[in-house]
Amino acid sequence: MAKYIIKRLVAAAVTILVLATVVFFLVRLMPGEPFTNPKLTPTVRANLEAYYGFDKPLIVQYFQYLGNLLQGNFGYSMFYTNRTVNDMIASTFPFSADVGIRALVMSISIGIVLGILSARHRGKGIDIFCVIVAILGTSIPDFIMGAFLQYVFGIKWGLLPVAQYKGFAYTILPSIGLGFYTLAQVTKIMRTSMLDVIQQDYIKTARAKGISEFRVTFRHQIRNAIMPVLTILGPTVASVLTGTFVIESIFAIPGMGRYYVESVTNNDYSMILGMTVFYGIFLVLCNLIVDILYGLVDPRVRIADNNSQ
Amino acid sequence: MAEKLLEIKNLRYSFRTYGGTVKAVRGVSYDVRKGEILGIVGESGCGKSVTAQCILRLNPEPPGFVEGGEILFEGKDLLKSSKKEMRDIRGKKIGFIFQDPMTSLNPTMRVGKQIEEVFVGQNNVSRKEAHDRALEMMKMVGISDAEKRFRQFPHELSGGMKQRVMIAMALVSKPSLIICDEPTTSLDVTIEAQILDLLLELREKTGTSIIMITHDLGVIARICDRVVVMYGGEVMEHGNANEIFYQTAHPYTRGLLNSIAGLSTPKDAVLKPIDGTPPDLFSPPKGCPFAARCEYAMKVCQDYPAPEAKLSESHETVCWLQNKMAPDVDLHVERRGRKKDENSETNTAAKE
Repeated sequence: MAKYIIKRLVAAAVTILVLATVVFFLVRLMPGEPFTNPKLTPTVRANLEAYYGFDKPLIVQYFQYLGNLLQGNFGYSMFYTNRTVNDMIASTFPFSADVGIRALVMSISIGIVLGILSARHRGKGIDIFCVIVAILGTSIPDFIMGAFLQYVFGIKWGLLPVAQYKGFAYTILPSIGLGFYTLAQVTKIMRTSMLDVIQQDYIKTARAKGISEFRVTFRHQIRNAIMPVLTILGPTVASVLTGTFVIESIFAIPGMGRYYVESVTNNDYSMILGMTVFYGIFLVLCNLIVDILYGLVDPRVRIADNNSQ
Repeated sequence: MAEKLLEIKNLRYSFRTYGGTVKAVRGVSYDVRKGEILGIVGESGCGKSVTAQCILRLNPEPPGFVEGGEILFEGKDLLKSSKKEMRDIRGKKIGFIFQDPMTSLNPTMRVGKQIEEVFVGQNNVSRKEAHDRALEMMKMVGISDAEKRFRQFPHELSGGMKQRVMIAMALVSKPSLIICDEPTTSLDVTIEAQILDLLLELREKTGTSIIMITHDLGVIARICDRVVVMYGGEVMEHGNANEIFYQTAHPYTRGLLNSIAGLSTPKDAVLKPIDGTPPDLFSPPKGCPFAARCEYAMKVCQDYPAPEAKLSESHETVCWLQNKMAPDVDLHVERRGRKKDENSETNTAAKE
């Protein structure tokens, strides 16, 4: 197991290196430059460019960047002068992660439960309800969902604060807005997967043993049905936790999403790179965790060197 | 004659589908006596599995539903039992061995745990005891290195081993009846022989009754005491094994016997299949279900269900040919040198 994880971590490091390299060169191919403010005099611009090392050859810049990256240093933002990218991430990520975790906990748990109920009562009212939820969730774009939640719960009924992020009540609407898509996806996948498991032979075997229906569901069906849900969780967790531009803008949450999008429009090279690499690390880690979880859930995919023991 | 353990009386079972109601089982009656092995034979879709699964109420409901009849087990009608009562019978008093051991074991659960699970919800069996009995049963069904196998997952076992696990699971709480639904169909012949020997041995040791569902007459010949031949959701003929093989009294049984090859079948012999296809069970024929494919079919066969004809104490057939007015037909199948039971008292009419 340890061997496997180390192997995967090395592969992850290589992935991140490739990602950083590709993005490093790609951002420089984007039209425009970081310092295009017309107020800047040519001297000031030259100074700024020298400060950020743009006067050096690209390859030198690249290795300098990699060197910094290895020390965990993403460099200074080119737009928010005097702020480091690390600092920006440190101050915005907690908000994104906070709302993200809430959204994930809500959507995964409710999604799995709805999926199970839906499959076990196929064709009944609860199933139709769940299918509708799944269709709505996957087809309503998040900016409409967010605005709708604000209007209904914030303005019309006045139950919850419309925006900002200052306490528990403030977290509810953005969590729903952010998690609804995942909830719908998890419901849909869990339902399909459960429908498949329910008619497997081993479920009949379990019933023939005379164990309770509750136990059949919990010990035999869920564990076998949950794999496809795990599969989508890797990328989903990474993207939900690192924040989304739309939901964070609508609910005025000071999270990462806004800065990520802004950094691109501002040609803020170090910020784009920093955020991308940060997201990349996150994604690779989430996928690694999911792969390890696979093995825990299903012994057939348990890592090879486990068998030889 | 031994006491009846299970009696199915005029069972009718159907499935509601989009295309209409499939009348899968139409008035099936048979019984199982203590300590005997009853073979149920018939081609795919003849209702043999559905009937057997009815005993434990394992058919998915809906779409399946009981239209009528009784299944008496130890004097109690299983079709009227509550869910709780059924749970106490499933796995405890009646064990079930499924056709495909590859897919019939939960892939994410250790096999020992799966055997042990039969005892879950039984207050009188402690965890320790459940574990010990599961382990003991694994040894009894011939799983070598049982302690190690106990902790393995199904994918780490071979097909034969998995079927042994299934058998251990069916036997672990010492049921009085075991239903085997084609237990050897997906196994190769050497393993099949081992499994059949194992079932015979277990019957000797525990005195349990066995229902052996199969479409393989070889399996029937090898281990069954009595045989029920089913076709189109009905029983065509039943009797003890020798009567079925050597005093065949139904054209369908004859067709089945004609269509298998034995070691003694001459090289140039042509196997004779039964022409045609099974009846459409959405609208079953009003006469004999086999009439459309039967080479001896008369007009009456198409229009009226055949009466039961008792040929001996144990041998009954449902066929118009047994009527006084029907022509005499020789249904004997030429079976040169076919092995017979040692305790057979009927004569070898078919031997040369």
